[in-house]
Amino acid sequence: MNAPVNATGVLHGAPIIKAVKEAGVSHVLSVPDIHTAGGLLTPIRNDPDFKLIRTCKEDEAFGIAAGLTYGAKRALILIQYTGFLYSMNAIRAIACEHNMPMCMMIGLLSKEVGVPPQESKKFGLRIIEPLLDVMGIERHYIDADEDVAVVAPAIRRAYENKHPVAMLVGRKPV
Amino acid sequence: MMNRTKCLEALAARLTDDEIVVATYSAASEWVEMSDRALNYYSFGAMGLASSHGIGLALARPERRVIVLDGDGSLLMNLGTLVTVGAAAPTNLVHMVFCNGSYEANGGHPLPNPKVDFCAMAKAGGIANVRRIETLEEFEAQLPAILSEEGPIFVEMVIEQGPMGPRKYDDMYKEERRQRMREALGV
Repeated sequence: MNAPVNATGVLHGAPIIKAVKEAGVSHVLSVPDIHTAGGLLTPIRNDPDFKLIRTCKEDEAFGIAAGLTYGAKRALILIQYTGFLYSMNAIRAIACEHNMPMCMMIGLLSKEVGVPPQESKKFGLRIIEPLLDVMGIERHYIDADEDVAVVAPAIRRAYENKHPVAMLVGRKPV
Repeated sequence: MMNRTKCLEALAARLTDDEIVVATYSAASEWVEMSDRALNYYSFGAMGLASSHGIGLALARPERRVIVLDGDGSLLMNLGTLVTVGAAAPTNLVHMVFCNGSYEANGGHPLPNPKVDFCAMAKAGGIANVRRIETLEEFEAQLPAILSEEGPIFVEMVIEQGPMGPRKYDDMYKEERRQRMREALGV
């Protein structure tokens, strides 16, 4: 399923954060991404309901999330699409081969407004959804406030059914 | 220079049923044969991430000591973890790195620099409790402190080359072991 086009609208960080909380996430693991740094990471940093773990590279976050899962804690991995690409081997092994509930929120930095990721002029953005599909990873596209309703159910489903999920943040959250 | 098997035997003799042991590659291959515990966690997935798994477990289960049995080749693939550990600072985490200057699990080829100073890097990363151990006697003497002092603790274990194979990864990572651990943790 390709991402829908949404040329108008706005994406607020607050409802995304609310949905993440509703899904029982206690830990956020992140390497800063300029696409989500202001709208998501900064309010998460200031939110006492979350424990923010800053990692040096994105693949560390997948190991930490696995350990947290074994300790019965839920985590959100907040990274840029380049970090997703960097972490491919960890995702392959931890999330896919070992059926771990890795919940990724992936910023699509510099994606053109109203353009589906697979039609972006940027090669790195065009390949994200096909890569997720070939790895069998459930994916959702969050481009405006009306898309945020998928967040909490997707995270809950990932933990209940032990599978990874990717939530692609198309528009820069405000 | 120590023998890894002897070191692991000394560690096994000191552990109770409460500690979580996160083992990877060569150390894991010996540990799985030596110590069949419910709270053994075999670091699955990408090489280098054992300490990352350990951070997650340590943060999620602060009432338990988490001991990571890592290798120097593995750690070099995830050096940033020393900074992440230093910042997250789980007080119940012990990161024990067996250093023989080689990618033992990958055929015994040498590291790019076999003389790399891991203790210096761990300190620079923000880990205050750092030890370098070269003899078994020294290790046995320090074990009570390693298993009780406030962490995070980084231990560079200077060892000789161990056996290069075969390694039974399928057995190590099998679902039964993972399920046993989940049950032991009440998950």
